[in-house]
Amino acid sequence: MMHTQTLQRRTPALTLVGIVLTGVVLAILPFVVGIAGQGWVRIMNFALLYVMLALGLNIVVGFAGLLDLGYIAFYAVGAYTWALLASPHFGLHLPFWAILPISIAVAGLFGVMLGAPTLKLRGDYLAIVTLGFGEIIRIFLTNLNAPVNITNGPQGINRIDAFTVGEFTFGRAETIMGVRFTGPEKYYYLLLAFVLIILLICVRLQNSRIGRAWEAIREDEIAAKAMGINTRNVKLLAFAMGASFGGVAGAMFAAMQGFVSPESFSLTESISILCMVVLGGMGHIPGVILGALILAALPEFLRAVVEPAQHMLFGAVILDPEGIRMLMFGLAMVLVMLFRPAGLWPSAVRKRELAQRKGEAS
Amino acid sequence: MDIFLQQIINGLTLGSVYALVALGYTMVYGIIGLINFAHGDVVMIGAMIVTIVVSSLVGADPNASAWFVMGVGILVAVPVCMIVGWTAERVAYRPLRRAPRLAALITAIGVSIILQNLAMMIWGRNYLSFPQIVVPEVYTVMGARISGLQVAIMVIAGVLMAGLTFVVHRTRLGTAMRATSQNREVAGLMGVNINTVISAAFLIGSALAAIAGTMITSYYGVAQYTMGFMLGLKAFTAAVLGGIGNLGGAMLGGLLLGVIEALGSGYIGDITGGFLGSHYQDVFAFVVLVLVLIFRPSGLLGERVGDRA
Repeated sequence: MMHTQTLQRRTPALTLVGIVLTGVVLAILPFVVGIAGQGWVRIMNFALLYVMLALGLNIVVGFAGLLDLGYIAFYAVGAYTWALLASPHFGLHLPFWAILPISIAVAGLFGVMLGAPTLKLRGDYLAIVTLGFGEIIRIFLTNLNAPVNITNGPQGINRIDAFTVGEFTFGRAETIMGVRFTGPEKYYYLLLAFVLIILLICVRLQNSRIGRAWEAIREDEIAAKAMGINTRNVKLLAFAMGASFGGVAGAMFAAMQGFVSPESFSLTESISILCMVVLGGMGHIPGVILGALILAALPEFLRAVVEPAQHMLFGAVILDPEGIRMLMFGLAMVLVMLFRPAGLWPSAVRKRELAQRKGEAS
Repeated sequence: MDIFLQQIINGLTLGSVYALVALGYTMVYGIIGLINFAHGDVVMIGAMIVTIVVSSLVGADPNASAWFVMGVGILVAVPVCMIVGWTAERVAYRPLRRAPRLAALITAIGVSIILQNLAMMIWGRNYLSFPQIVVPEVYTVMGARISGLQVAIMVIAGVLMAGLTFVVHRTRLGTAMRATSQNREVAGLMGVNINTVISAAFLIGSALAAIAGTMITSYYGVAQYTMGFMLGLKAFTAAVLGGIGNLGGAMLGGLLLGVIEALGSGYIGDITGGFLGSHYQDVFAFVVLVLVLIFRPSGLLGERVGDRA
């Protein structure tokens, strides 16, 4: 009795220390990384955006088991909503507290628009329709500049307003209480805050009534229906939730970059977000975050390494560094899946299932 | 009327190519349930090799006969593509046959990235132009123009599809393939060597891909390392349109998709009063796909598929 009590008391303390340590590391990270150059802070910001996207897609693919290959469309919708409402393109400059909810709502609406007609579809048919949906959105963004110029076509929209709260803008470098913050560093904290909010929502959702309904649908839709789950609403909710997270990430992308064009929202991006989710460990939140961070950082890391390595080995750059970089990226994807088919950091349940299946096979 | 017929002819030409590529997707999908994302890139490799071989042959002897040059090109491209397809299956897909399905999908995407970038490093980023060896003979049929190349593409595609249908329905290997696609375990118990059958599906699919690559590069006159992506996407769409896993469906879906695209891009301006132009060509394929799947959730000729992603 005594023993368990001390254990119970000790565990929260350890967790607390862990949380504080993680918090401190996350808080000073941009300054440490900033020593290597502001470019790396920017890469970190993109990694955070990808974490948001991966967490959003994880709701659709990981929790509800609906394979979505057009997820980037919602990112695009969020980004263009911000871009259109806060740029000289239409002469609109709405404040963030107006645009952000609008972005979320519009992206969520698109999620339902995609979800509603595809409720009946299963497995790979759903995958190909979502893929088509993503492409349709991108093609419309590219071509909606005539006869009425809405999206400004392939040139995209530039001079988008930065994220601004009152007088405080995230776009500029500025000294606060003796510490100099650059633009990317400020965005880092903003993005971190968003990631934490989304993370909290995801963790709380996973074990809620809705989260369990999603899991039930993933495992067996017919049985879930028999158990009294309204599969239609629950599936639509998964699409809408995932889409709205994508919308937030998109809005942040537009504000941070100051420029959006259809090029950023290609199918390749959808696929790489799916890879983050699957590579990390589908349905397992820490795994998904790990996957997003690795896949966002790996290409940049390889970019920094490949060229000097060639100089060292051959004395000159003889192989196209971009090609080598992507080649190694592809190779890494194949190897990870070959050796860890459930992902780098799968949930305990999934790991057990897989081990069981292997046992049956032998 | 002549424009209509012209678009139909162009559509059928492109559709024949889609159909050949779609067959590769659908065979693999039917047997192991994998969307082989790298298949479009196998087509690209075929196109690249044919372009290189034909260019160098024409460069060596400008008067070489077109049949000879094309023949050599195809004879080089087909085995190379078969090796690529077979290796991908052996190295990247076979170990994952019992793993979650998405794992294999991710390795397929990885293989696609690898193939594209290998091609880029070998042949560079620029478009390679395909030498014009066939003098474009143009026939006029009821006001529409049809070139000798178009006729050749359609005829060859037709012959290949008939041949594949024969193999699948009339030979021992074909029977084994159909048995495997129905139930892998039971087929294995009946003495079918599953590994051989799966390898055969990849080999046949890759050979068809090489020929499709030859057609597309000689039709458009260019080849580039990214060309496989959109082509593969369209072909997969075609396979799903017809009902994935179904050979007849892939052929029908491919031809249909080609015609729809051609007609769509030809007429969209008139239909919408100039509001939408022909650059919406790619949207057409997907809109039709979405509509077909909403009303016939398993494709035009398809059967029910598994429940999960």
